[in-house]
Amino acid sequence: MTEADMVESLIYTKPGSLTHVGTHYCPGCTHGVAHRLVAETLDEMGVREQTIGVAPVGCSVFAYNYFNVDFAEAAHGRAPAMATGLKRLVPGSIVFTYQGDGDLASIGAAEILHAAGRGENITVIFINNAIYGMTGGQMAPTTLPGQKTTSSPLGRDVETQGFPFKMCEILAQMDGSAYVVRRSLHDVANIRKAKKALRTAFEVQRAGLGFSMVELLSNCPTNWGIAPAAALTWIEEHMIPAFPLGDYKVHPAAAAIDKAR
Amino acid sequence: MAKGRIVVDDVLCKGCELCTTVCPKDVIHMAMDRLTPRGYHPAALVDPNGDCTGCAICAVICPDVAITVYRWVPAAKAAEPVRASV
Amino acid sequence: MAKELLEGNVAFAEAAIRAGCEAYFGYPITPQTEALEHMARRMPELGRVFVQAESEVAAINMVYGAASAGARVMSSSSSPGVSLMMEGLSYIAGSEVPAVLVDIMRGGPGLGNIAPSQGDYNQIVKGGGHGDYRPIVLAPATVQELIDLTVLAFDLAEKYRWIVIILADGSLGQMMEPAEMPPMRPVRPIRERAAWALTGAKGRGPNVISSIYIDPAKEEVFNYKLVDKMRTIESQEIRLREILTEDAEIGVVAFGTAGRIAQSAVKAARDEGIKVGLLRPISLYPYPYEAARRLSQRVKSLLVVEMNRGQMIEDVRLATEGRVPVNFYGRMGGMVPMPDEVLDAIRRVHAGETVGLPGVLA
Repeated sequence: MTEADMVESLIYTKPGSLTHVGTHYCPGCTHGVAHRLVAETLDEMGVREQTIGVAPVGCSVFAYNYFNVDFAEAAHGRAPAMATGLKRLVPGSIVFTYQGDGDLASIGAAEILHAAGRGENITVIFINNAIYGMTGGQMAPTTLPGQKTTSSPLGRDVETQGFPFKMCEILAQMDGSAYVVRRSLHDVANIRKAKKALRTAFEVQRAGLGFSMVELLSNCPTNWGIAPAAALTWIEEHMIPAFPLGDYKVHPAAAAIDKAR
Repeated sequence: MAKGRIVVDDVLCKGCELCTTVCPKDVIHMAMDRLTPRGYHPAALVDPNGDCTGCAICAVICPDVAITVYRWVPAAKAAEPVRASV
Repeated sequence: MAKELLEGNVAFAEAAIRAGCEAYFGYPITPQTEALEHMARRMPELGRVFVQAESEVAAINMVYGAASAGARVMSSSSSPGVSLMMEGLSYIAGSEVPAVLVDIMRGGPGLGNIAPSQGDYNQIVKGGGHGDYRPIVLAPATVQELIDLTVLAFDLAEKYRWIVIILADGSLGQMMEPAEMPPMRPVRPIRERAAWALTGAKGRGPNVISSIYIDPAKEEVFNYKLVDKMRTIESQEIRLREILTEDAEIGVVAFGTAGRIAQSAVKAARDEGIKVGLLRPISLYPYPYEAARRLSQRVKSLLVVEMNRGQMIEDVRLATEGRVPVNFYGRMGGMVPMPDEVLDAIRRVHAGETVGLPGVLA
């Protein structure tokens, strides 16, 4: 093949479901990666125009600025309830919530449990970085034992401050859950697996199989006090042992969707 | 001639350096001689030997979608839609 | 339509359905649970949405979601449950999406009891949730008014993109009275929902429903927008009843069930030759200050009757501007005053006594 037969082709650029707005997230924060994966998924499924997102309270409170889809801003923890109201009143819509560990597992613990319990046909993207980012680094329900945060300055003491919440393990128990999996964003191979899981989760919603959630182990370089690359390593070394990656609930029809693609 | 090429958007890049840690050809480096409008040292392609393959691994890890990736492909393949997904 | 014997709670639920309510999200709480149960049966029958939420917190946020989708939606609760909804109501106000809520008040504070009271006046009429907003508040005194005001509530909520709260109490919720139900209105199709609604960004840019304005200057501009809205509401949505006030020397002011009881007492007092009249506000926000002010200019004294410690009395005092004494008769804790008690209070005011609870400024 001669050079004349080759052309320079665009291989990768910003997905259409993301706006051109530069994000306010810290350098190296995996929120940006998660947003991109969701946007690519919506584009590949061709569902941008049917999608309604629900933003949490947390660093991603401004998520609605970054996605080219209809968006609602929920009160802290209440996104699954808001999503319930939206999904049931807009038939044919694709509804997702995007929540951090405080939003989903602390103040929103009842709402997420019951959304799963009801088998709400929504997709929850759970960004678990074991800390409260927006408010400056306090302890989260998913903070690890011994982990120092501004509200556990001596390290999380399980005697007085309890143990981390394993949300996939909990929500997989609900009969209404159709697809509950945990992935990680700490390296390229895992980011690619995360994207596949997001696609399956949204397909599960599209097929009306019930509640879907993808927990994404994420970083917080600023509040962990380490550089972005080191923060990704911290996920691998510390978070994965505490929050094992894997598929916690997979509806049989969901497995079939995966196979067919 | 390099098989691939990347362009890093100075306005979006926050200098997090993650791309430099994953590039299999080590052709991405931080441009310490300049600052972006937001005050970061951006990443940039430094590929004197034409090693970039356009694998797009840098774009996979970039949290700011700051990287556009190009690759020389056979003319027939270029007719395919842009692969806006990695 | 013919009159039927209707229970208050069932009546307002069915009235909402007739008004085109597309979704009801609620939680059981006495003394309004019959509304939830009626909705649980009727909404699925009609292909509409019903969810018994995990709590009132969740219920009001489901309302918020459905309202953001441009649907006609409501919830109902009683005092402790309404307290849980305050966060959600503030968000709904800050997002300017329409919503209807019915508060069937009970004895409090705290867990209290399941008997009727008017103890939520301050909470509901002065806003309730955090921030500068005042929902439209309507206070029925009969089952027919409850029906009519519920239907009106949906129209007002959409007209102003605002919250409308029906403030009633356990006796009205539980009582059975002959009343007429309006005819069924069709549910609006999705394609006719408001342009701002979240229905999927097809053929238009994305819509965002949010209450966050991180820049204080912009938040202030938004608050001025709400101020303007409330000014319009204040000029156009005042509702009240006046009975026998033209030649009154004593003006009784009371709302809801207390107003109904006071009406009996006023009529009995007239039979005794006492020149007394009743001003019964139906809109508590916007409050009929002008009518109250004019009443205070005509009478020699006022008597406010409430089923609380004295909450609406402050609004009456505002309107009275110190012209005449403002007396107070109230029962608390779920106790319902009998007409004879109010008649006795009228007689004492007529005799020149100062009537009021200790500590409530005369």
